[in-house]
Amino acid sequence: MTFEELEQIATDARAAKETFPRALNVCVAAGCLSLHSDAIKSALEKEVRRRGANCRVAGTGCMGLCSLGPLVTREPDGHLLKNVAESDAPEIVAKLNSAMPERLLYSRDQPFFQRQTAIVLENSGRIDPEKIEEYIAAYGYQALLHALTDLTPAQIVQEVSKSGLRGRGGAGYPTGLKWGTVAKTIGTTKYVICNADEGDPGAFMDRSVLESDPHRVLEGMIVAGYAVGANLGYIYVRAEYPLAIKRLQVAIRDARRLGFLGSQICNTKFSFDIEIRIGGGAFVCGEETALIASIEGRRGTPRPRPPFPAQSGLWEMPTLINNVESFANIPTILRRGGEWYASLGTNKSKGTKVFALCGKVRNVGLIEVPMGTPLRQIIFDIGGGVPEGHRFKAVQTGGPSGGCIPEQFLDLPVDYESLKEVGSIMGSGGMIVMDDSACMVNVARYFMEFCMSESCGKCIPCRAGTAQMFELLTRMTNGTAKLNDLDLLEELCDMVSSTSLCGLGQSAPNPVLSTLRYFREEYMEHIVRKHCRAGVCECNKLAEVSA
Amino acid sequence: MLTNSKMPPLPSNDKRWRIVTGTMRRHGFARDALIETLHTVQEYFGYLDKPSLRFVAASLHVPLSQAYGVATFYHYFTLKPPGKHTCLVCLGTACYITGAGQLLAAAEASLNVKAGETTPDGNVSLVSARCIGSCSMAPALIFDGETAGNVSETVLRNKLQGWNN
Repeated sequence: MTFEELEQIATDARAAKETFPRALNVCVAAGCLSLHSDAIKSALEKEVRRRGANCRVAGTGCMGLCSLGPLVTREPDGHLLKNVAESDAPEIVAKLNSAMPERLLYSRDQPFFQRQTAIVLENSGRIDPEKIEEYIAAYGYQALLHALTDLTPAQIVQEVSKSGLRGRGGAGYPTGLKWGTVAKTIGTTKYVICNADEGDPGAFMDRSVLESDPHRVLEGMIVAGYAVGANLGYIYVRAEYPLAIKRLQVAIRDARRLGFLGSQICNTKFSFDIEIRIGGGAFVCGEETALIASIEGRRGTPRPRPPFPAQSGLWEMPTLINNVESFANIPTILRRGGEWYASLGTNKSKGTKVFALCGKVRNVGLIEVPMGTPLRQIIFDIGGGVPEGHRFKAVQTGGPSGGCIPEQFLDLPVDYESLKEVGSIMGSGGMIVMDDSACMVNVARYFMEFCMSESCGKCIPCRAGTAQMFELLTRMTNGTAKLNDLDLLEELCDMVSSTSLCGLGQSAPNPVLSTLRYFREEYMEHIVRKHCRAGVCECNKLAEVSA
Repeated sequence: MLTNSKMPPLPSNDKRWRIVTGTMRRHGFARDALIETLHTVQEYFGYLDKPSLRFVAASLHVPLSQAYGVATFYHYFTLKPPGKHTCLVCLGTACYITGAGQLLAAAEASLNVKAGETTPDGNVSLVSARCIGSCSMAPALIFDGETAGNVSETVLRNKLQGWNN
């Protein structure tokens, strides 16, 4: 594959698109698909055939605004149609060249679309994820070709370092530094692993990226392989994401067909291949050493670090592990330059971040904003705020390892440091909005139950500590707690976070600590007055009986 | 690469074992193919029983204890046959704060089983999941592999009753 050949494929793909003056793109990512968008797609295709309309009907990835699905966009004017039903197909096709009915039309002239900056999601909802040609037409695989023909591995690492990209899995370790470490280790066999074990409840960014633009992740991985000197990559993806697995399989097959994977990629000496490994539904496998154990076919239990996987990882070889979103940023960084990427975001957190915005918010869906965007803008402008009749209470980021951020910090810019300062973490990007119907003690108990059952059991602080904390929180919610239980809980938080083996245990107390910090009065109400102001917990019943 | 002569005998004449063997062959009968192979067994048989664990362990030359350890460690694997129908309640954060807990309680009451169990007549399995990633449609459930969003207790009860008739 040469630049000319790549350009030819892109030109052909664009020409094939342009033979149709109109196009209807139907979202076939998991959200809309579960609302039967595939049936809508076939209905539209049937209708186009019946009328002999000069229109292309295509399936594309996620369009972001999942709560208004199934979504359809009309090209070339980009009109977005919401809540489309199968029965709307005749009308949509009949009015291809005129205005769409009001009830379907959703204006793009809204903060939800205007306040976003798309890098990772730039192709999402615009291209057919199962057609490599469409990805190439959207400048896909140019970064790979550029990397292989114009750059040395060291230059690539330098470019990634310059971009300031930090690990999007949550911890925020500088990606360039990690690549540099693996590149420098001596050894002939190295591996690249893509962590797609998106276990945080309330997070669906990685799944959406894999379903909507899988080639972007593959391209990032191949570039990484070249930069660090690896010849084999693994994508570790959750078994719960069958559609993402299917699209990845198609993407890998197509990439092999065009010679982006395999031996002597693009007529260079570099060879690289990618295999998919399917997870088994264990949250702890998101931890890198546990994930490696799982790829090796064992129970997914973490081991102490160092040695870090960069020195000794898969089969004790130097291994580069990055998150899906980190890899998805790479093609754009190489195409547009590290400096350009670093111009987005804040001082210490560069670029953009994809968030899965959900919970009690009007516009539920997938968004991408520059780092440093205030929470208020994300929740109230892009998200449209809390639905009528309720008040915003807190926003939860970082899943079971994160915390709840109350109203007074809504003007906080979203970056790794600020979130940490207020007791939460960036995490992988789940952002769950809670209103006054949520009880913070109950939320803390929910996350503790999660950590307790997901603890792998290898180290005692996590195995026993989470169980004890869960027991204490349960007592608070059912009204049997005493005041000194609160001291005990805080003591346990400290013990578990400072002595656990891996990130799961170390961060398990975070939801408790952050709710204790900002909603301590709710804990006191539960313990002293046996009262839950949200009316969620059992202790209310107890208070009624005694009254 | 190991040849078939070192393979243990197939547990039965069921043709699905050939698919299982195919997965192992694709991975060169390497020990690290254990999880991949168990996925295949579960995909085609619905669950992992003792003969299948013995067969896979012997074929890949891993101790039976390791195969059992893996099978019980990962939530996705089940050692019990599933019911005719499966109702999966998502307990992800978005679903939880929109009332998935109440839905699960309603399903448990309606079926008279706990999450993770199957009704005594083998008709319905009730399962809970950590997060199915359909947070935009919270609370979400999966009825027999089909995701349903914004589910109310009434919809859930009707669906379960429909399966019982």
